[in-house]
Amino acid sequence: MIEMAAIDARGLQKTYGTGDAAVTALRGVDLTARYGEMVALVGPSGCGKTTLISILAGLLSRDGGMLQLAGVDPDALSNHDRTLWRRHNIGFVFQQFNLIPQISVVENVAIPLLLRGDSRNSSIERAAAMLQRMGLQGREYSRSDKLSGGQQQRVAMARSLVHEPRILVCDEPTSALDGATGQRVMELVREQGCREDRLVVIVTHDDRIFHFADRIVHMDDGRVTRVTDAQVEIAALRAAFAAEKDSA
Amino acid sequence: MHRIALKMLFGDSAKFYGILLGLTFATLLITQQSAIFVGLMTRTYALIEEVPQVDLWVADPTLQFVDDTKPMSVTALDRVRSVRGVEWASPLFKSILVAKLPNGGRQLCDVVGVDDATLIGAPALVVEGKVEDLRRPDAIFVELRGANKQLMQPATDDPNGPKRPMRVGDILELNERRAEVVGIADTRPTFQNVPTIYTTYRRAIGFAPENRRTLSMVIVKAAPGQDIVQLQQRIAAETGLSAYTPAEFGWKTLNYWMTQTGIPINFGMAIVLGFLVGVAIAGQMFYNFTLDNLKYFGAMKAMGATSRQLLGMVALQGLSAGVLGLGLGLGLTAAFGLSIPADRLAFKLTWHLPIMSATAVTIIVVGASALSMLKVIRLDPKEVFSG
Repeated sequence: MIEMAAIDARGLQKTYGTGDAAVTALRGVDLTARYGEMVALVGPSGCGKTTLISILAGLLSRDGGMLQLAGVDPDALSNHDRTLWRRHNIGFVFQQFNLIPQISVVENVAIPLLLRGDSRNSSIERAAAMLQRMGLQGREYSRSDKLSGGQQQRVAMARSLVHEPRILVCDEPTSALDGATGQRVMELVREQGCREDRLVVIVTHDDRIFHFADRIVHMDDGRVTRVTDAQVEIAALRAAFAAEKDSA
Repeated sequence: MHRIALKMLFGDSAKFYGILLGLTFATLLITQQSAIFVGLMTRTYALIEEVPQVDLWVADPTLQFVDDTKPMSVTALDRVRSVRGVEWASPLFKSILVAKLPNGGRQLCDVVGVDDATLIGAPALVVEGKVEDLRRPDAIFVELRGANKQLMQPATDDPNGPKRPMRVGDILELNERRAEVVGIADTRPTFQNVPTIYTTYRRAIGFAPENRRTLSMVIVKAAPGQDIVQLQQRIAAETGLSAYTPAEFGWKTLNYWMTQTGIPINFGMAIVLGFLVGVAIAGQMFYNFTLDNLKYFGAMKAMGATSRQLLGMVALQGLSAGVLGLGLGLGLTAAFGLSIPADRLAFKLTWHLPIMSATAVTIIVVGASALSMLKVIRLDPKEVFSG
């Protein structure tokens, strides 16, 4: 039973630059998320989503506020320790996949294991098993640039999960994919990524995938404006859409 | 991660072959030009190496290099012989003379006259004939390369027909005096690349025009146990001549060609050009290769790769490209050297040259890698979220 919150953030602040050139990206963000849930961060461009997800992934230091990620304040760690902490606790899915084209699919997936010093054989073995879970058996030794966009994102998913991270961070995971492929990828995120000991955080503009989330965190101008239950929000969206259709 | 780093390098065929080509070409240019330079410079003191039994070379103090023969008084030989600590001293004549060939053609030849009595200074490696035959009337030895090249003779009565190498029994004329080839010797190629003719000192004096009938150098063997430096000082003090050890004489000759001619600058420019080619092609391509892969390094950094791990990957990529490029370049240089006959091209690949090329390639690769590493170190992993 996991009791600790995966994310406990209070009053997070972040400003880029100084003086007249200063740009405030976060103006006191409060956010709590539990293991086992999937949280979608949504909002217009420039609202602070990328800054927030960078802080929540342990990639960026905050200027103010309090943060506990999987029970750890990443800013309390040295750069080196924070890198090692990220290696073990965070999984990443990037918008542009960032798969290395010169190496095989299975090697791409094995990278998080190789980085932490696992042997090559066991890393490849585990990576191949993860690819199988993603429905990519038989593609292990293809070059990643020979795969379709959907397949590449599934490889990226496999890479993000192979080392069993506590927090999975997905940055616009469907924006480079068509609608149907995006849906299938999100089904996989839900199916393979969500576990009771893992939090999934998704940054997205794509309202077609909102319903995969448990909660939707709306952001605007560096603040969390509201947090809604995804199912309630989807129902409201559907009702609004139906009303609009009726009036038309 | 090492295997991944190598696959990243080898998998990007266009850039990898570009980097390899740049490094190979740079190595080839640097090593080949250096080897030709060393070959040429070595030839400038070939005569000194041909007479290994000598402890000192005594010459006019104004002499600048071994071919720069200055006439010495005939009494110089006796004066040197009279210096305490000299076991023996022999005369040496050296001059460029025109030889009239059996077919009527003329050819510049380097005539070396060695001591009539001892034949010290005569070639050590005889291909045909015997050194003692030099004592026969009109006898000369010609060196093998010259015999097979500039001194070739018509094989038939037809002067325009096929040619054969000069051989024992052929007759030349040197300053309108008869000279008979009694032997062929294999000697070190000289810088001037004209055939060398060996004969006795007295005969060589006779071959020379009147104004050049003088002693060129005296070669000296020190008495057993004699301190060479002290002997040098005594010869200088008692004869007014300069005495050099073979190494000193070689360096003096080398120094003349290095400082008084444009040869080092010409070759130096070619070598610098090779280095710049390496920097321009290989260095820049390697840097671009890293820039292209920066997003992957960024992703790995986000995933928990330490800077040390990433720098190790870049270093391994640079090292691999460097070793392969260097190896290929050196291989091609060696193949080039082996494919060209020694009489056509001065080429000497000493052990120093691969080290020099390796240093140049290391500078190129380390420079490019260092710049690439700087980008990787400064890489902000949060940039992977900017899409």
